[in-house]
Amino acid sequence: MSESATVLKPVESQPANRPSPSDIKLSIRNLNFYYGTTKALKNINLELETNKVTAFIGPSGCGKSTLLRILNRMYDLYPNQRAEGEVLLDGQNVLDPKLDINLLRARVGMVFQKPTPFPMTIYDNIAFGIRLYEKLPKSEMDGRVEAALRGAALWEEVKNKLNASGLSLSGGQQQRLCIARTVAIRPEVILFDEPCSALDPISTAKIEELIDELKTRYTIAIVTHNMQQAARCSDKTAFMYLGDLIEFDQTSKIFMSPEQKQTQDYITGRFG
Amino acid sequence: MNSIYASRRRSDKIIKVLCYAAAIFGVGWLCLILYTLLVNGLVGLHPRIFTQMTPPPGVQDGGLLNAIVGSLIMTSIGVAIGTPLGLFAGTWLAEYGRYSKLTGVIRFVNDILLSAPSIIIGLFVYGAIVVPMGGFSGIAGSIALAVIVIPVVVRTTEDMLNLVPNHLREAASALGMPRAYVITKVSYSAARAGLITGVLLATARVAGETAPLLFTALSNQFWSVNLTSTMANLPVTINNFVNNPDPNWKQLAWTGALLITVTVLSLNIIARTLGAERKPK
Repeated sequence: MSESATVLKPVESQPANRPSPSDIKLSIRNLNFYYGTTKALKNINLELETNKVTAFIGPSGCGKSTLLRILNRMYDLYPNQRAEGEVLLDGQNVLDPKLDINLLRARVGMVFQKPTPFPMTIYDNIAFGIRLYEKLPKSEMDGRVEAALRGAALWEEVKNKLNASGLSLSGGQQQRLCIARTVAIRPEVILFDEPCSALDPISTAKIEELIDELKTRYTIAIVTHNMQQAARCSDKTAFMYLGDLIEFDQTSKIFMSPEQKQTQDYITGRFG
Repeated sequence: MNSIYASRRRSDKIIKVLCYAAAIFGVGWLCLILYTLLVNGLVGLHPRIFTQMTPPPGVQDGGLLNAIVGSLIMTSIGVAIGTPLGLFAGTWLAEYGRYSKLTGVIRFVNDILLSAPSIIIGLFVYGAIVVPMGGFSGIAGSIALAVIVIPVVVRTTEDMLNLVPNHLREAASALGMPRAYVITKVSYSAARAGLITGVLLATARVAGETAPLLFTALSNQFWSVNLTSTMANLPVTINNFVNNPDPNWKQLAWTGALLITVTVLSLNIIARTLGAERKPK
């Protein structure tokens, strides 16, 4: 990982043909999104493959975070925000108003731009989410907390201070705590919304390494402003601009030989 | 030095002096009040204040026990009734109703209640409870105090919950946490110190209220813990005693005033200290 930090991933020898339906975890169809009367996403069609990392890049305001926040219905917390179209998670429409939104969010976890540990101990930050769904004896809970912290590569750093406040950790550690918390409730999809933009390069490298590991078990979507990051840790990349999905393809293809001129201009730094 | 800059420096000095003078003037009165209170109140501070009842006119000695206990009872009940109502209402304003049009209206009405003269609240409870119940009572006094507690707690609860960053709520919701959990486990624990501060400030506020008790609990010369009859309390006792020529009563009034002031001051200091600890890191 470390030596590849500045180098693009080698071109994967994956055939260009479409993935089989069973490999599709999330399928976005004819999706439009409105903030009040402002249309923020225009007819997006896209598929997220199981156990792959899909990156969303594009200049600020292009709608990539908006798109991510539709996948777990985060926008529902706010008034006057509205999505039209379909988002199928294993064939079930996420946008169905009758859907139990909390169960959806248990399946589709999210890690935010700013590290957001809860104002409680490191242990409780993890155990808290688990307790929502399961009643476990102490010993089993300890095991789950440890597994989650190991899964987020944080265990060695915090194992002797599990009762310290989550807020006492460094920014990078806090972000890994948030990942551990998300992983602890065993989701199927994890959404990363610019997870490294508040972190230093070393913490960033750790998170990227982690994402690489996590994809063996989860389907991952990541929004990033950092094109090298998209190139380093994703399998497929979507380039968005002003609410349109401009191009979506294998990451290697997007960065080496994009079809669209706008994509080309963006990745070479000519605008954005 | 050019003349424009010189005149700027002059006006800077003048404004600075005016600010200092205004601050000293304001704080000076407070110090003077505290000083007078200490000088006049400490003289009468004696263990019997806490062990004996208020004396009849003309009798020497006596204490304030019944008034202190009555005040404690009514303040506690008032805070116990007002706090949950205020917390729930404040929670609605800051959480569930944050984007509702009704929120602005409720906040406005609450602010009116917050600044309503307490004698109006006394009159209202007199009409709503004392008259139908057929007499003054400790419970009517407690309710009048509760009505004063509610808007204070509503306001501080809403303000404190609004300070909880939205990304914490989003993070909790993203784990699939139902709204009530997000509020009680995350918002409340992030705002805990501020919420407690609000309740303490409300307690301090009602501990010294006289007007709402005047028309509701009245007062009483005797030991009274019966909530359905008139109940002794410090503020009204002070009010009655200080207007009387009997020097013993006057002294008791001073001492009672000192006790209330010390209580309110301590509550305020505790609230401040807790409030200062609110910020993490």
